Amino acid sequence: MEGQSKLASFETAVLPHLDAAYNLARWLTRNDADAQDVVQEAYLRAFRFFGGFHGEDGRAWLLGIVRNTSYTWMQQNRSAQLNTPLDDELHEVKSDDLNPEALLLQKADAQMLRQAVEELPLEFREVLVLRELDEMSYKQIAVVADLPLGTVMSRLARARKRLQQILASHTQTEVLT
Amino acid sequence: MSCQTAQELIHAYVDGELDLARSLEVGQHMQECQVCASAYHNQAALRSAFKDSSLHYSVPVGLEKRIRSSLRREAKSEAGRRVFGWRWLPVGVGLAFVLLMAFVIWRAMPGLRPSGDELLAQEMVSNHVRSLQLENHRTDVISSDQHTVKPWFDGKLDFAPPVKDFSSQGFPLIGGRLEYLNNRAVAALIYQRQKHYINLYIWPAQQSNVTGEVGTKRQGYNLLHWTNSGMTYWAISDLNGVELHEFARLVQEAQ
Repeated sequence: MEGQSKLASFETAVLPHLDAAYNLARWLTRNDADAQDVVQEAYLRAFRFFGGFHGEDGRAWLLGIVRNTSYTWMQQNRSAQLNTPLDDELHEVKSDDLNPEALLLQKADAQMLRQAVEELPLEFREVLVLRELDEMSYKQIAVVADLPLGTVMSRLARARKRLQQILASHTQTEVLT
Repeated sequence: MSCQTAQELIHAYVDGELDLARSLEVGQHMQECQVCASAYHNQAALRSAFKDSSLHYSVPVGLEKRIRSSLRREAKSEAGRRVFGWRWLPVGVGLAFVLLMAFVIWRAMPGLRPSGDELLAQEMVSNHVRSLQLENHRTDVISSDQHTVKPWFDGKLDFAPPVKDFSSQGFPLIGGRLEYLNNRAVAALIYQRQKHYINLYIWPAQQSNVTGEVGTKRQGYNLLHWTNSGMTYWAISDLNGVELHEFARLVQEAQ
């Protein structure tokens, strides 16, 4: 592909997903300046690898690159955050957390929800953002996060339970104070 | 459907990822089970809380512009890498021009390039030295008798070189051999002057006009060449110029 026509088709296929790209990078890095750097780097990488893109799901393809770029970036700059691997036992949520009494969402405003999502471990945060904010299917999430389909489902379930725990603890603190 | 199965499927149900049959089963179960129905409402509430909260971060001003320009730069440098040479084209054109000018000057000014004679002189020196280096190569036919040497060339050359012995004048004929010089087969006659050897190369002249002796000195060797009777002669030796000239005169007078 020649330079100008490659650039033109890249801009058509990939640039419209800048919104989703920035949003994901912003949620993963939790910082605006870092997210901008990551997205810019991810777009350069995407452009270099554009020859391997065959017109499938441009958004999922790009977000996969954004995710990898974010992880690389965090490894280089904040390795401590990534050094806490996700432990299924540690994050196991008991089913009684799902009881109706835990339904505190009516009291949770947008600010609380945002804060709770930010507190989630990275692996939970990314599947939740892809599902709830980008409205991606399990299949698309599997592509972006490079996970088996079954893991997407279970991780999303655990992410939601965990989120509700965080929300519950916040709401209770608020009630107490 | 058991509560456990229903709870396992509840997220896929909320997310619309179940096939129709499974979806109907879960829906059926929730109509019968209050606990599972609450769990479902819980998840549905969470989903709608996300929808209402607009947690989506919007793209900061200027980011798209920066990305576009960095992509343009990348596209340009990729194109530069691919088509090696567009960048080097002016250099190539310049180089071609310099070479062309050099060629034009070389053609226009013969003084700047080695003349045919100079190249030939160089060839003579090499040949002469080589003939002295190898004892066996000095002569193909060893004879001081001009009547032996001259016929020896018959059939080996397309011309008959004049062969004369100058023993009585102090330049005895040693022999003759075939050489390839100036892009043709030539006759080489070897004479001796005391300890010095003289190679006399002879071949038909391209022009029939007579030219006088022209002498040069190369690498310590004296060279004399002239054209006479339709033959070109080159004499080369480490002999001093005066004696070589004397030899040349003998050759010329003999014809």
